Amino acid sequence: MSADFQIRAGFMPLLDSALLVVAREMGFAAREGLELTLVREISWANIRDRLAVGHFDVAHMLAPMPIACNLGLSPLAARTWAPMALGLGGNAVTVSTALWSAMTAEGALPDLDPTMTGIALKAVVARRGVQAAEPLRFAVVHPHSGHNYELRYWLAASGIDPDRDIEIVILPPPLMADALGAGRIDGYCAGEPWNTAAVDKQVGRIVTAKAMIWKSSPEKVLGVAARWADANPEALAALLRALYRAAEWCGAADNHAELARLLAGPGYVDCPPDWFMPALSGRIPVGDGVVHVPDFFLPQAKAATFPWKSHALWFYAQIVRWGQVTLNAQNELIARETYRPDLYRAALKPLGVALPGANAKIEGALMRATPVGSAGASLVLGPDGFFDGRIFDPDHIDDYLRGTDAAG
Amino acid sequence: MAAALSILVIDENRIRASIIEAGLRDAGHERVTLVYDVAGIARRIAEIEPDVIVIDLENPNRDMLENMFQLSRAVKRPIAMFVDRSDQASIEAAVEAGVSAYVVDGMRKERVKPILDMAISRFNAFARMEQELEKVRGELEHRKLIDRAKGILMKSRGLSEEAAYALLRKTAMNQNRKISDIAQSLVTAAGLLDPGADS
Repeated sequence: MSADFQIRAGFMPLLDSALLVVAREMGFAAREGLELTLVREISWANIRDRLAVGHFDVAHMLAPMPIACNLGLSPLAARTWAPMALGLGGNAVTVSTALWSAMTAEGALPDLDPTMTGIALKAVVARRGVQAAEPLRFAVVHPHSGHNYELRYWLAASGIDPDRDIEIVILPPPLMADALGAGRIDGYCAGEPWNTAAVDKQVGRIVTAKAMIWKSSPEKVLGVAARWADANPEALAALLRALYRAAEWCGAADNHAELARLLAGPGYVDCPPDWFMPALSGRIPVGDGVVHVPDFFLPQAKAATFPWKSHALWFYAQIVRWGQVTLNAQNELIARETYRPDLYRAALKPLGVALPGANAKIEGALMRATPVGSAGASLVLGPDGFFDGRIFDPDHIDDYLRGTDAAG
Repeated sequence: MAAALSILVIDENRIRASIIEAGLRDAGHERVTLVYDVAGIARRIAEIEPDVIVIDLENPNRDMLENMFQLSRAVKRPIAMFVDRSDQASIEAAVEAGVSAYVVDGMRKERVKPILDMAISRFNAFARMEQELEKVRGELEHRKLIDRAKGILMKSRGLSEEAAYALLRKTAMNQNRKISDIAQSLVTAAGLLDPGADS
């Protein structure tokens, strides 16, 4: 049977390309009548450019990227929608063995606790300031990335000014471990498996995880060229259903070994399959031991693929916080409208699966896993707390930003 | 007349970079700098003060470079991607060819467009050259394989070179396969049966 629709998708070699890879490789796309072609890319800029000129219909994207595109912050910005998230969590912060030694001397323990490792890092930064040493250099993958914002969030909440006290540079994730080993950077925030890569090469230590800085936090989305989405609503809906089924498959522990094998293939992430197991199992290696972070990466549970408008607005608040755009009602509206839960709901309705009752929530309010009202089936959300206990109310962004000013 | 433009070409592929450079010089641009490795690029940009930067899209450091163009103290004037919004075809042609151009703030598009067009055509010419080279390389490999298979047949069955080739061709036609595939199978099989035979 020939496919009803052909879709070309760009992706970067990362764990959270899993939903796209599985949708193709395990037949979920074909079952929806899709011929899904996946094209590996080498930079987020290429993903953005190829989506803009129509080489790609959809792409694996950093969650803040479609917002940045629509806000006009990207050089080549086509209107882009985010009708689905591609999972929660999946990132970590890794530092060089030398910096880890300095942090342990300041009391850091191998427990991934962002409060304590943040205090130790702050002490190291302060000591280096007194000694007039070069500022520490951290890398993230893109200025408009969850990595940049969660690293800055952690640093700022730990009393470190990300712009004055340290330097933040941009590097592609597959080059992070080698840059750390060569001493060109002191640490980085990246998606898996590129933290495990540094641990495996014995050049770095994971000091905390995205899932501990902000539990159940957003990371990648399916970015969709608005022009294509408007012209191909049926193809898009079929793709969202295929990705939802792929997410269910990825979420089942029994499939993790096969998922690791698939992702490790030369056409995808091209690395040892073992590198995916820490993130998939939630058992994160720290020196001689292992710390269990059960929600390190969530491909499906806890509405992990739902495009919450409050996630879009949190990213917008960070974009404002770090001076990349000004706060105003129009920009807020653009950010809010970039995420398209309406498209998600319409596409998934025929599946009869659990859907959240609302399109936005107060972020950081759930201290424990909480059953929520949903259409049809049961759904559990959270915990979704920030490590510093702050709450983000998407209806009061200005109040939230005043709070971060006072703290930072 | 406007001052000569300073053009920086960032390309890890030295041959392609040279081809671009030659094209720019032919077009009368004298101030062309080639950079193959992005290590220390901020300092280079501060020295060169480029008006136009040409980058290949296979460069894994494009995100880093774009960020630096916007933020770095090394860049005195902001640098933005060259996008002539009135000319969608040209943007597509650039992405298709695998090249991107960045220009400093305030540069007139009439001055930049010919540079981008030249880069696009040279990138495409380079890609065609690579494809042809790849084809030639493949053909050479095939010819070597066929020579080895002929040698095996001549030795093991006492055939002349002509007869050995005829046998390979006939087998290929009967099996609807390429001669080089038959030759590959024969060389592999001979190696398995007698590790000394094909050494």
